[in-house]
Amino acid sequence: MSEAHAELGFLRKYVFSTDHKVIGIQYGITALVFLFFGFCLMMMMRWQLAYPGEPIPLVGGLLGETMVDRGAMLPNFYNQLGAMHGTIMVFMGIVPLAVGAFGNYIVPLQIGAPDMAFPRLNMASYQAFVIGGLVMLVSFLLPGGAASSGWTSYAPLAVFATSGQTFWLLGMLFLIASSLLGGINFIVTIIHLRAEGLTFFRLPFFVWSQLVTAFLLVLAFPALQAAAILQAMDRLAGTSFFLPSGLVVGGSAVAAAGGGSPLLWQHLFWFLAHPEVYVLILPGMGIVAEVIAVNTRKPLWGYKPMVYSLLFLGFLSFGVWAHHMYMTGMGTTMSTFFQITTMIISIPSVIILTCLVISLWGASIRFPVPMLFALAFLPMFGIGGLTGLPLGLAAPDAFLHDSYYVIGHFHYVVAPGTIFAMFAGIYHWWPKATGRHMNETLGRIHFWFSFLFMNGIFMPMMFEGMAGVSRRLFDPTIYTHAEAAHGLTIMTSWSAWGLALAQIPFVINFFWSMRKEERAEENPWQATTLEWATPTPPPHGNFVETPVVYRGPYEYSVPGAERDFSPQFVKQGV
Amino acid sequence: MNESQYGWWLPPNVSAHGDDIDLMINLIHWFMLALFVGWSIFIVFCLVRFRQRPGHAAVYEPIEARFNRWLEVGVAVAEAAVLIAFAMPVWAKVKNEFPATNTNPVIVRVIGEQFKWLFHYPGKDGKFGKTAAEYYADDNPAGLDFDDDDGIDDITVRGLHIPVGKPVIARLVSKDVIHSFKIPVMRITQDVVPGMEIPIWFEARSTGEFQIGCAQLCGLGHYEMKAKLTIESPKEFQRWLDEEHSALGL
Amino acid sequence: MSSTIVIPYQAEAHPLTGVTSGKLGIWIFLASEIMLFGALFSSYVLLRVGTGAEFWPSGVEAGLNVPIGTMNTLILITSSVTMVMSWASLKMDKLGAFKLYLGATIGLGSLFLVVKAFEYNAKFSHHIYPAVGWPEATDPSTFFGLYFTLTGLHALHILLGVLVNLWLLVWGVELWKTERVRFEGRIEISGLYWHFVDLVWIFLFPVLYLL
Repeated sequence: MSEAHAELGFLRKYVFSTDHKVIGIQYGITALVFLFFGFCLMMMMRWQLAYPGEPIPLVGGLLGETMVDRGAMLPNFYNQLGAMHGTIMVFMGIVPLAVGAFGNYIVPLQIGAPDMAFPRLNMASYQAFVIGGLVMLVSFLLPGGAASSGWTSYAPLAVFATSGQTFWLLGMLFLIASSLLGGINFIVTIIHLRAEGLTFFRLPFFVWSQLVTAFLLVLAFPALQAAAILQAMDRLAGTSFFLPSGLVVGGSAVAAAGGGSPLLWQHLFWFLAHPEVYVLILPGMGIVAEVIAVNTRKPLWGYKPMVYSLLFLGFLSFGVWAHHMYMTGMGTTMSTFFQITTMIISIPSVIILTCLVISLWGASIRFPVPMLFALAFLPMFGIGGLTGLPLGLAAPDAFLHDSYYVIGHFHYVVAPGTIFAMFAGIYHWWPKATGRHMNETLGRIHFWFSFLFMNGIFMPMMFEGMAGVSRRLFDPTIYTHAEAAHGLTIMTSWSAWGLALAQIPFVINFFWSMRKEERAEENPWQATTLEWATPTPPPHGNFVETPVVYRGPYEYSVPGAERDFSPQFVKQGV
Repeated sequence: MNESQYGWWLPPNVSAHGDDIDLMINLIHWFMLALFVGWSIFIVFCLVRFRQRPGHAAVYEPIEARFNRWLEVGVAVAEAAVLIAFAMPVWAKVKNEFPATNTNPVIVRVIGEQFKWLFHYPGKDGKFGKTAAEYYADDNPAGLDFDDDDGIDDITVRGLHIPVGKPVIARLVSKDVIHSFKIPVMRITQDVVPGMEIPIWFEARSTGEFQIGCAQLCGLGHYEMKAKLTIESPKEFQRWLDEEHSALGL
Repeated sequence: MSSTIVIPYQAEAHPLTGVTSGKLGIWIFLASEIMLFGALFSSYVLLRVGTGAEFWPSGVEAGLNVPIGTMNTLILITSSVTMVMSWASLKMDKLGAFKLYLGATIGLGSLFLVVKAFEYNAKFSHHIYPAVGWPEATDPSTFFGLYFTLTGLHALHILLGVLVNLWLLVWGVELWKTERVRFEGRIEISGLYWHFVDLVWIFLFPVLYLL
């Protein structure tokens, strides 16, 4: 498609743009705003958990009477915050940031393409995302409040819930549409638009991670779409896909035909939601791989096994979903199958992590801020992955299921895991996208305090889970064993508030670095991949001359070379 | 209830199969710790030894693949060992090896509803009456069909009493939404799914008073859906049961 | 900022895949649609097996009209043929024939929807709705919940296809004057989508009406 651009007006250039870089930044800013909102929800929850029944400081007086009673949180509002925190962070925060922002901005650059294969479809994806996000947020204003049945929306609870749940279903349909369209775009772009000489095994690991992620999105999300349609029919059209016969709620019989199955919802939901968690981590692994390669000045160790592990992981991720359902009364045959697949899927994850760790051996390691976040990712993702082991086996899971141990497990993977990778990416590619450098000192303060508080939040949760404390408890002091572990809750809450403060240097850095005059060079990190071949910042169309690729993505410290890096796009005397 | 027995790690175990589960949890965590410490030592060593400084360049291809292969195979073998030698047998025992009838298990029907647990015991005749969802009412919380003679002497109580040292079979049903029957000290958790009756078995090995909780979000009152578990000697249990039966005034 | 960017493989096939980007894209989209309808068919299987054979009505027992369903099936199959003919006409440079065949496809698709509307109306007038709660619903069952949901979603897909073809026939055809190959590609892509929606019906019809 040839697009002749006369000078575009402000709206066409910045709001309704089809340029993948503009769309990437739009995704990034929107996702960061949603992430911040989701974080605020949690900070309120953390007050109620640490000091149950106490009026919430600062905001308690501002909230409506359906939310607080004289400033102290009500159970209904707590459940809404819980459900929406998860939903917003996963679907409106991490996926749009990892895939929509980083994927859109970097992938075309790293493969030497002028844009994505379908620029207008790209714009439509972003718009669907915004609409879905707004529908989700608006639901807080409904009389019954937002969805409050967990981000997992289990039936029958969600079928009986207030209208906020219907908005959740509608919002999900838009968010899913956005991801489906985006996934198609990524797959076609990566397969078709690679520059000359850029064979598949010369692709940066980041591009591979986005390719597998896109397949997961395209093939797994439809199951949740189907489930959302069925749940919407149950709620609005009186069907009973998820309602068995004979339900009695609050003393009165439920007027439903019956014949449905609550477990059907769980199967459909988790069929998506397990691949979804790999969607949450793979782009992060990709970013960490890039940052580590650049800052170790040597090729990634085990690039090929890492790529094969990615592919194997993606394929296997469709076969483990019922490990979220061990406690639903399934027989031992089924649980054995899923325990086996779950154990097997841990292997490619371990391979990728180990290869990244071994990449440090024999290196020449630099420690700019992106590298700090990338390095921290390794042990943090390690803890997250390892704590998946007792959960993946049914017998220990009998004790740990739906406890704080689970919350700790998955947060270690996404919070000091993926989010640290996101920060690494922002600091790493900032000079290319904006032409400025972020301030190193502010970055280090941001990193060290974030690292401290992340662990302060999630490590106590492991112990809380071991102590038997269940999830989603409005007041954790009701149970004796939970009360005994309450000190851990208080530690977590103060760490969460500390983590919020720790982001201030980052926000300052964000805006302050934009005001500086000096321009960063084209390739400040002396990296080898194609995105560094563009002017800074890249113009519409990206490359001054169509790039040609001559070698692999991580040719650093090649014996006999002049410099300690040989870019993919430079034809040196071979 | 002795509050001081609870802390920041596993609560006391009063269940016959709890030792197996605790063994697995501990074993797996030692394995996790070993991997984590190993990785961390390696990482820190590299960060120090291979930091960028004058006179030290990176090595293009420093290590051969064999090292990694051993590690991978080792991890896979360890996981397979845990799975085959421990996880599957333990889980099979918990799920499938229900106590035989000649062990005289105590059978109780556990009903989860928003937001309380009910425990339905058979009457003096030892037989449960027929139940159906259509009979649930405020004065008939167990949903008994009163046309069935067997059910007239059944009792429904708010606290679970079980005798120590004898197997118990609990049949879990839900009236409304998904709940989850969790007793930390017994190391059992079982989702209670409407439309299904799910049996679980367990056996207590020491007496005491403990708590049962709901472990699956079930609505506004989920956080306070607790019940008392009383584990007592078989004599005391029988005495309690007799008292409840007499209280019916039949 | 003004520049011209050219995105390759819009009209020429990529050496690795042998197709244009648009065609690869629609195939991937259809893969996601297979997962969508697959999830719904799996739900049907799970619910039917869970209900038990004695309680699940066959299509005829439930009151579905097999002759009308058969007719609708033939309508859709014919529309797939006319869709192919419209594309073939383009490749033979016969614009008039193309418009005729595409118009026929749109007409047949719309006819399918009209017949479906009659079927739905017949059910509604006998108070058969998706289920309980609607005015005087009689004998609501999970069967009809599935029937309305599956055929309803399918009908939405037919409607989308009809609208896209309509746009291509009336406005999109402008592109024929300047970039023939690209326009042929668009018709081919629309055709692939249309064949898929037809294929879904070919599964839906026996599953709902005959089994």
